[in-house]
Amino acid sequence: MVRRVIDCVVHAEVASVDQLVPHLSPHWQAVVSETGFRGPYVATQPAGAPTVCAPRFARPDGVVEASEPGHITRVLDRWSADAGILCCEYAVDGIRNPDAAAALASAVNDWLVETWLPADERFRASLVLPIAQPEAAAAEIDRLAGHPRVVQALLPVRSAAPYGDRRYLPVFAAADRAGIAVGLRCGGNPGNPPTGTGWPSYFAEEHAGMPAVFQTQLLSLIAEGVFERFADLRLALLGSGFGWLPAFVWRLDKEWRGMRREIPWVRRAPSATIAEHVRIALQPIDVPAAELGAVLDELPADDLLMFCTDHPRWQFDADDDALPAAIPEPVRARIAGAVARDFYRLP
Amino acid sequence: MTVDAARDRSPAARSARAAIVDADIHNTWPEPAALDPYLPERWRRLRARLGERLHPGAQYPRLNPAAARTDAWPPEGGLPGSSLDLMRDQLLDRWSIERGILNPLLEAGELLNLEYGAAFAQAINDWQVAEWLEPEPRLRASITVPYEDAPLAVAEIERRAGDRRFVQVLLASRTLEPLGRRRYWPMYGAAEAAGLPIGIHFGGAGGFPTTAAGLPSFYFEEHAGMATVFQDQLTSLVFEGVFERFPGLRVVLIEGGFAWLLPLMWRLDRTWRMLRDELAHVTRPPSHTIRERVFLTTQPIEEPPQPELLARLLDRMDMDGQLLFATDYPHWDFDAPDRALPPVLGGARRDRLLRRNACALYRFG
Repeated sequence: MVRRVIDCVVHAEVASVDQLVPHLSPHWQAVVSETGFRGPYVATQPAGAPTVCAPRFARPDGVVEASEPGHITRVLDRWSADAGILCCEYAVDGIRNPDAAAALASAVNDWLVETWLPADERFRASLVLPIAQPEAAAAEIDRLAGHPRVVQALLPVRSAAPYGDRRYLPVFAAADRAGIAVGLRCGGNPGNPPTGTGWPSYFAEEHAGMPAVFQTQLLSLIAEGVFERFADLRLALLGSGFGWLPAFVWRLDKEWRGMRREIPWVRRAPSATIAEHVRIALQPIDVPAAELGAVLDELPADDLLMFCTDHPRWQFDADDDALPAAIPEPVRARIAGAVARDFYRLP
Repeated sequence: MTVDAARDRSPAARSARAAIVDADIHNTWPEPAALDPYLPERWRRLRARLGERLHPGAQYPRLNPAAARTDAWPPEGGLPGSSLDLMRDQLLDRWSIERGILNPLLEAGELLNLEYGAAFAQAINDWQVAEWLEPEPRLRASITVPYEDAPLAVAEIERRAGDRRFVQVLLASRTLEPLGRRRYWPMYGAAEAAGLPIGIHFGGAGGFPTTAAGLPSFYFEEHAGMATVFQDQLTSLVFEGVFERFPGLRVVLIEGGFAWLLPLMWRLDRTWRMLRDELAHVTRPPSHTIRERVFLTTQPIEEPPQPELLARLLDRMDMDGQLLFATDYPHWDFDAPDRALPPVLGGARRDRLLRRNACALYRFG
């Protein structure tokens, strides 16, 4: 049997705003050229951080190892993958001018659709959204809804309000209409601090704290009944890790039993909702190899994890470690591709 | 109630009657005016006129009045947790509590007027001595401090340091900045010099949104989500080098749960290895530091679908000497000593959790 492999996170990075200019309207082209605007300032993902680009992918010429389709084609070839989900983290959410954010998001998406997708038939696209303006984000999903190779709306995990907040309902409604998944990815530039207790000094704190933000979003989407409202909602956690999930679910199920009269529309234990609606990218594996068996055993569902290389992020040292031998069959085979195929409804 | 418990011969009840230390009890005033006699005239007048000004904007209707057990309202009137008699009856006598640590949640550290906050904290500590520690020798107390101003907090720590009935310094899980930041360091120096642990308790409001993703809508999220802020605070204390700078400092995380700590240690160790350049001041793997210096109270205990998983988790955490049993009396999610710890947490481990760890940490005789 040929193993099916799907890489559910490969990065597609905008190297320069110049790449987007052909996809901007004359007005925004003029703004870029007249103001010297160089694109969003991405504080949450410093380009030089080893977590952002693994040392083994750093190039002396400065070219980012995910800025051209050929870079990702090589990754998919290496794994004989049938598909790769492109995730672009262009930080339009940090641009406060709502029209500029919407124009740049559309330009990124057109750039992905027009220059990346034709380059490799295995590529699938995630949409970059001006999420600070939920109505504009929903309109952007609607604009590209018919495209057969757009499979996901991608949201930064840090946000101005938790995504269960009713202001974001139009975004989930649009994803539902379009029949695409919603993915949460690391980072985000909403203006408020990256912790619930103010601004930390070090990038390491932001990085280590990212799973806590995923927990906050999951809690919000469950508490607000978003999964009840959109019965087909598929939520991907991309870059969250999963070591935290068992303890989180143990607490959540207990709290739901004790407090459900506050949120009576939540009719099932959170663990059951997660098992049905949520899938998690395998990398980063934030669990030591010796603990992997115990954690897999404690996850609230068998088919929760989806293989990814997260290229070019530094999640592992040798390519083979992307799908560690410590994961036993048959779980391993499903993680490699079957879970993602079902989740993203790929052929 | 007391009689029933004393007659119960089940093993669980018998073990519960063995002496217990309760690491998290919430005492309060019967009504806010009860603090007035302990406040200087200037602040008493200000209080009457303006009340307590703190960070507004994150209020949730709670499930129970005062977030308390429905049976914890004193018959003589006043708020749950305000009657020493009822506390004796429902907690200290009922469960043979040998020592109980009072953590009043009266928001002195959150007051925007820092000088008023300092006077407020001092009044709370005086009130604790007069109305709780003097009449009840089983009780010990945390020192309330105006923690957003380190010099004022240091002064209050030093004022109480000679009184052995004060056993730790009380901070909140949500502060203006992460607790590893340098603005808080003088407090840690004072606590270390006094031989007192720092206790970080559920709650607080620093003025920013209560999560990294803004303000949530429901008390359910506020309550269940507090564990994420404890993770943020511990990450900050470790990565900002507090444990290196203050080698005698110990930290107690109170009412934050504990099952999340093992995966957090994995995450911190991994991040520390990847970002050693930035964290040059952190000299040891985070998990090593945490296993020596960080303590956690048990309530609210995470409940896995099979209780055996909790025992297995503790085996892997390897922190049996650092978990402290707590009831959270008089709050609605109170943990009873004979019911909260599942039977799989038995034998020597049970005794350590219920008593020995707290006696060692807080130096009870």
